[in-house]
Amino acid sequence: MAILVIAEHDGKNLKPGTANTITAATKIGGDVTVLIAGQGCADAGATAAKVAGVSKVLVADAAHYAGALAENMAALVLSVAKNYSHIVAPATGFGKNFMPRVAALLDVQQISDISGVVSADTFVRPTYAGNVMATVQSSDAIKVITVRATAFDPAGDGGSAAVENLAAAADAGLSKFNGQELTKSARPELTAARIIVSGGRGMGSAENFKILEPLADKLGAAVGASRAAVDSGFVPNDYQVGQTGKIVAPELYVAVGISGAIQHLAGMKDSKVIVAINKDAEAPIFSVASYWIVDDLFKAVPAMVSELG
Amino acid sequence: MKVLVTAKRVIDPYVKVRVKSDGTGVETANIKMTINPFCEIAVEQAVRMKEAGIVTEIVVVSIGPLQCQETIRTAMAMGADRGILVETAEEVQPLAVAKVLKAIVEKEQPRLVIMGKQAIDDDSNQCGQMLAALLGWPQATHISNVTLNGDSAEITREIDGGLEKLTVKVPAVVTADLRLNEPRYVTLPNIMKAKKKPLENIKPDALGVDIKPRLKTLKVAEPASRSAGVKVADVAELVAKLKNEARVI
Repeated sequence: MAILVIAEHDGKNLKPGTANTITAATKIGGDVTVLIAGQGCADAGATAAKVAGVSKVLVADAAHYAGALAENMAALVLSVAKNYSHIVAPATGFGKNFMPRVAALLDVQQISDISGVVSADTFVRPTYAGNVMATVQSSDAIKVITVRATAFDPAGDGGSAAVENLAAAADAGLSKFNGQELTKSARPELTAARIIVSGGRGMGSAENFKILEPLADKLGAAVGASRAAVDSGFVPNDYQVGQTGKIVAPELYVAVGISGAIQHLAGMKDSKVIVAINKDAEAPIFSVASYWIVDDLFKAVPAMVSELG
Repeated sequence: MKVLVTAKRVIDPYVKVRVKSDGTGVETANIKMTINPFCEIAVEQAVRMKEAGIVTEIVVVSIGPLQCQETIRTAMAMGADRGILVETAEEVQPLAVAKVLKAIVEKEQPRLVIMGKQAIDDDSNQCGQMLAALLGWPQATHISNVTLNGDSAEITREIDGGLEKLTVKVPAVVTADLRLNEPRYVTLPNIMKAKKKPLENIKPDALGVDIKPRLKTLKVAEPASRSAGVKVADVAELVAKLKNEARVI
């Protein structure tokens, strides 16, 4: 068996999630090739070559891979697909965008967001916001798979894979990438953070939401939010943790003023330790919490900051 | 300009889903069903574009059992003009959905297909991308804004680190994210009006599409539950437990 992992990267380094996807690939078993596509991405290719378990790296460097447009990514993957039994990518915004396109062009039913590998053709995946785990078996010749990164440990260093250039496929010319507006933050990325402090509707306003920042500073944490907080305009959309936002599983998740809607729990209930601070003693978030405090968050959060010293 | 929108019938997202005791699926008997929330946003977008004079006709498609007619009527009460039910009692997986929709797009010739980014039951997030691929059209997934501009569309997408801007050629398939709009509530007069709108019922066979599932579900189970937590009295006790018991700070 030969497995192709499509890497998400920033031109130099692999994005969080890709190393976990490589682990999932090694669990399937077989030679793991990593594909790096982008504009000016040779450094990312060199980084991928050092990841343990990787036997080959393919680098496709061309202007029309900037922004990872789905039409061009799919055409590129298709140009090498027949060499592989499995094509795998992280189930992040990156992988979700182009992988189904690859699958459809190969006439394959994609297996989305796997959290477990049972065998080379059988996988476990969460459905219904993670409330139902389905074990599914694929009858397709090539398996097209996206991987839930939090379900697998990241692959470490220690590899020394050969790096080869891959000829670019033609530019599909169907879409044009006009740039990104990324939220600037000095904090760790949500999906890579060891500790996350998240706020919900209970924060009350964008101004009040800022009281989480000193706490995040003390803990070296990333800041997240529930859908309610994002919909209320307290923070930008990329803060959202949940079924249709980011899936996270840090060592410590501190949920502040979050009631615990099903769709929020879906995004964080695999965190190792969960702390909930809510003044409603009946809040559903307490059902998944390791420790909880029934208190006014505007008293508890500053108190926690001073307690941490 | 004609727009095609899709409306999946799903278990209400606020209902607690239960796994059947034999592990073959989830309980659907006597469970409240609704239009998939992301499909609802897609329908709303089409209706707003019609109200703005950009769209002239909205065709809504649902695939599934006869009860999907209710889902289509909901979309019509919001403002869709005409419905197509592709009726089947079988499980229709995303690739098969995309094939069915392709056949309908070829018949209806819309300039734009607006879908939800994912269905909140199987959480696959595939159909829009697959339909675009099968048609050879561009796609824009997870959109929070779309502006039509002659033969192209200006798109804002939600991505992991913020927002992304794209221009896609039209015809295209776009999929709606949460922030695209806030769907309207349907009113009683509009529900009455929707009952009189045309709704066509066709079978997958009539479209010449093979909908046989490619994935076999071997079993479904509830996830491992978390061990019960403890209520702590105050912040001092919390911090002590995080340091000494959980050892995470």
